[in-house]
Amino acid sequence: MSGDQLSYALRLGDDALILSHRLAEWSSKAPQLEDDIALTNIALDLLGQARSFLTYAGKLEGENRDEDDFAYLRREDEFRSCLLAEQPNNDDFGLAIARQLLFATYQLALYGALSASSDETFAAIAAKAVKEVSYHREYAATWAIRLGDGTHESGKRMQQSLNDLWRFTGELFEADEVTGRLVSAGIAPDPDLLRSEWDRDIDAVLAEATLERPTSNVLPGTGRSGRHSEHLGYLLAEMQYLHRLHAGATW
Amino acid sequence: MSNDDAAAPAAALQAAGGPGAVPVNGVPAASGEDAGSDGWPLFEVFVRSRRGLSHNHVGSLHAADAEMALHSARDVYTRRQEGVSIWVVPSTALTASSPDEKDAFFEPAADKIYRHPTFYNVPGGVQM
Repeated sequence: MSGDQLSYALRLGDDALILSHRLAEWSSKAPQLEDDIALTNIALDLLGQARSFLTYAGKLEGENRDEDDFAYLRREDEFRSCLLAEQPNNDDFGLAIARQLLFATYQLALYGALSASSDETFAAIAAKAVKEVSYHREYAATWAIRLGDGTHESGKRMQQSLNDLWRFTGELFEADEVTGRLVSAGIAPDPDLLRSEWDRDIDAVLAEATLERPTSNVLPGTGRSGRHSEHLGYLLAEMQYLHRLHAGATW
Repeated sequence: MSNDDAAAPAAALQAAGGPGAVPVNGVPAASGEDAGSDGWPLFEVFVRSRRGLSHNHVGSLHAADAEMALHSARDVYTRRQEGVSIWVVPSTALTASSPDEKDAFFEPAADKIYRHPTFYNVPGGVQM
């Protein structure tokens, strides 16, 4: 069972870590100073969550690996993050908002349920993070509505971003043997329940944003088994470079 | 005659924003062509601190509307637990005193020390 908890801690921690890095890439590049700060605030919230999950992963594993070992010294195929988190910004604010809306809505449902987990550490991390994520979702939803129901051009681009990212949303709710056992043990929430909450929430935002729910097929997820899109390797190269060059470097 | 017209004469006295904002003649803030480089109007931000009773001016920011201003204020001005409540006010809604009137406004108070409660003998034993 603790092997399952380890897998789960890595999935949740890696999701937060990788998306945190993507959001941090907006630093100094967002359309407005205010959004520059908002996006990097969100990035820091996610980084804090990642640290908690990865530290717990080290404890579950029992091999003296700390958060830095997990973040900086694993290879691409050892990361268990979802494909949605690693999708690049392409210097497109609307795309980042779409990704954030899809992911934060999932995280909000996840953490809300996980805060009642029978695993006390998961429950405590989730209970703290759910307030942060609630704001992330509101921030993303507000922008999605502004852009979706804004000008013809902004609505078109917001819709395109949603359509492009939609295929990665299925992975968020995929059940496998790990989640099956964790759900039975009352440790993890049932992905199907998260899915229905996510559907309701997303549909409400899309309706207000006058956006269409994409009809494109979702891809089977491969991130949980370590098979990633080509984007993750470049992300890790940037994220891990300093630590690998100067092992143990600190501020 | 719209509200905008009625408000127009006050425009010259708008605060320019930022802590200690002062009116700047000929530099009206936050409307029409004078909105920020992004075309968004300026809002003044007031934050009530954890132990404070009143909202204090902390700065200003550009936002498309009040809701966005509130969100941005949260991110820009309360990241370090500075506050428990935020007000945002369109900068155009402020009317400020003019530097030209500084003497007339504030000088007369300078020599009226009897307005300070410093002429009382405090009986012994009273805790201040």
